[in-house]
Amino acid sequence: MANKVQVPTRNSALIAMIADEDTITGFLLAGVGNVDLRRKTNYLIVDSKTTVKQIEEAFKEFTTREDIAIVMISQYVANMIRFLVDSYNKPVPAILEIPSKDHPYDPTHDSVLSRVKYLFSAESVASGKR
Amino acid sequence: MSGQTQRLNVVPTVTMLGVMKARLVGATRGHALLKKKSDALTVQFRQILKKIVSTKELMGESMKTSSFALTEAKYVAGENIKHIVLENVKNASLKVRSRQENVAGVKLPKFDYFTEGETKNDLTGLARGGQQVQACRAAYIKSIEVLVELASLQTSFLTLDVAIKTTNRRVNALENVVKPRIENTISYIKGELDELEREDFFRLKKIQGYKKREMERQRASAKQFAEDQSAVKVSLQKGISVNSAHNFLSAGMQKDEDIIF
Repeated sequence: MANKVQVPTRNSALIAMIADEDTITGFLLAGVGNVDLRRKTNYLIVDSKTTVKQIEEAFKEFTTREDIAIVMISQYVANMIRFLVDSYNKPVPAILEIPSKDHPYDPTHDSVLSRVKYLFSAESVASGKR
Repeated sequence: MSGQTQRLNVVPTVTMLGVMKARLVGATRGHALLKKKSDALTVQFRQILKKIVSTKELMGESMKTSSFALTEAKYVAGENIKHIVLENVKNASLKVRSRQENVAGVKLPKFDYFTEGETKNDLTGLARGGQQVQACRAAYIKSIEVLVELASLQTSFLTLDVAIKTTNRRVNALENVVKPRIENTISYIKGELDELEREDFFRLKKIQGYKKREMERQRASAKQFAEDQSAVKVSLQKGISVNSAHNFLSAGMQKDEDIIF
């Protein structure tokens, strides 16, 4: 069934990040970063040399990894792989679009927030009619 | 309407009528329950919607503060701080724990963050700007707190959305397909049973009429017989039986040998 989504209850899961260097640095300072035995990181630093292909791959890897509960992705990076982000509809890991330092945050691009806004406005219109 | 003519393929019997009625009761109860569930989910859904909007705004604010704190740290501790930080990554000390929350039978994931192990990067910014680095770390941890909350809200939002859709589909299916079909079947069975009863009644009437006619005929023949009998009796009383009068003649004609011609 569609609503029988298995939500794994685990004691510890990681937060993955795809963002620019400054944002990553900040979160790493907070202690989010993880490097496993195979030198695989749970973050991807996006700079001018990073290709869309690399971002796509990282996104796919982070969303399929078992030990990741939240994927944070900078909004301008999410815009690069918008089709992937929009077609992603699993509850876990959760995709979070975060503002980055040198790109202003645009709520209309956020895949979840646009749905929220749509429902919200539809609801307020409906409640206004009542 | 095509939905109106639909009915289940059943034998129209009293037993089947009972079964159908039981099913209708079950369907009605299920419909009411699902409707309640849908309402409960919708209430929860709206609360989450409101929370998501406010948390998103909070997130923007918090990220701005964090970025500013990082810039401060970079200014004080030097540009190369990020290399130190990037080099020092080993194991995550800040992790997420997920648990489930049950709302009307729908399991919603909730995330909690927690720190484990000692905090790394203790020596970062030892030379200069240590305070700014610590402030920056605190700001980012605060951001993570907001982000984790937002993540759990968002996940709940997606899960609830799907659950509400499924529940509403079920409610509508019960209301518009299953219940009319059972009702149609019940009316069909009732009609068929009525038809049978009328047929039976007609048959009984018919048999009754036939019997009445038969009785009439018997009575008529009995009357005829009685009349005949009474005629015989009267003639006997007079001395000659009607039959023996005949016999006398015919017997005389056969037996009397003295008569030559």
